[in-house]
Amino acid sequence: MKIAIASGKGGTGKTTLSVNIAQAIDSPLVLLDCDVEEPNSRLFLNTEYVGEEVVSTLIPEVDTEKCNGCGECARFCQYNAIVTFGTKPLVFPEMCHGCGGCAKLCPQGAISEIEHRIGSITQYKAGKITLYQGCIDVGVSMAPPLIRELKKKIPDDQLVIMDAPPGTTCPVVTTLGEVDYVVLVTEPTPFGLNDLALAVDMVRALGLPFGVIINRVGIGDDRINLYCERENIPVLLEIPNDRAVAEAYSRGESIVESVEGYRELFAGVMEKVEEEYRGAGK
Amino acid sequence: MKIAITSSGNELTAAVDQRFGRAAMFILYDIESGEFEVFDNKQNLNATQGAGIQAAQKVFNMGAEALITGHCGPKAFAALSAAGVKIYCGATGTIESAITRYKEGGLTVSTGADVEGHWV
Repeated sequence: MKIAIASGKGGTGKTTLSVNIAQAIDSPLVLLDCDVEEPNSRLFLNTEYVGEEVVSTLIPEVDTEKCNGCGECARFCQYNAIVTFGTKPLVFPEMCHGCGGCAKLCPQGAISEIEHRIGSITQYKAGKITLYQGCIDVGVSMAPPLIRELKKKIPDDQLVIMDAPPGTTCPVVTTLGEVDYVVLVTEPTPFGLNDLALAVDMVRALGLPFGVIINRVGIGDDRINLYCERENIPVLLEIPNDRAVAEAYSRGESIVESVEGYRELFAGVMEKVEEEYRGAGK
Repeated sequence: MKIAITSSGNELTAAVDQRFGRAAMFILYDIESGEFEVFDNKQNLNATQGAGIQAAQKVFNMGAEALITGHCGPKAFAALSAAGVKIYCGATGTIESAITRYKEGGLTVSTGADVEGHWV
């Protein structure tokens, strides 16, 4: 089973939930940190380094001997990654989505594709948890290709928890593709509700079963509960705004290991998710 | 010879738009005749990325041989240079006054980008 922990709003507790649910489960599992622009799951785990691999995308390289400056490549490229001014093309690697269209289209066969590093995937071990952390290089804006590589680490026979990036943009949609269940974490504030509603629209458009976890209950009001009731969305868990949790977090500790009573709470989430998943007719 | 100026309005009395890629519009001014045309830049204003590159293509396609603007980022600079368009950064005030300064030789050709991409 593959579960993604997502949110609309950033800072609502995606990583906290991902790490703590992973630690509350007794069986071996895989944790994917898909928030490749700022992966931080590892901060809360005692990890052992296993290995690292470089992730690259393909970008065009122009053979200026063969190129006659016709400009077909530039007319095709929607991202301005390759441009011409009646001259030999200019390539902007950071704009390239790696579709390979320019190379296929070039009438002169002057374009080949070369590897361009965009980031890395590092594997760690933390007890029964296997963590794969995607990390995009500084200055690279194209997260989806790295996330797609990261998702190739998903095993068939183990539970997978995916710590998604915030928001509702391409990196999130790439993360959520083909998961079995989505957990949306939010907080009971106007901002939390606004962004939750956006995330709900997204998962509904993707046709994925989902439920909501309300974090830091007590800092706002009951607007999330009312919204979920109205929209017929299951509330999987409500986590109180607990100073002990904040303290453990600030020390980089997991809550299930540092604060009493939370292991059962987080383990219970998984049972709830499985129940909802089965109920969704899967 | 025609020159392009980034503009915040569609008259010569409008202020020079300090941004290049995301300028509100471009004024294409004919030095010989004193006539001008206005080109809007709506498409680039809303682009998430690559506005500078696209704007450079636009300026090239207008037939401008020089560009007067406030600031110019690295990708736009590379594209404009490849297109053979001379770049004059650091222009302020109205379009009229920028043209006058250009004619008097008061603007110097930029030799590199003067800001990072996405600087505003």
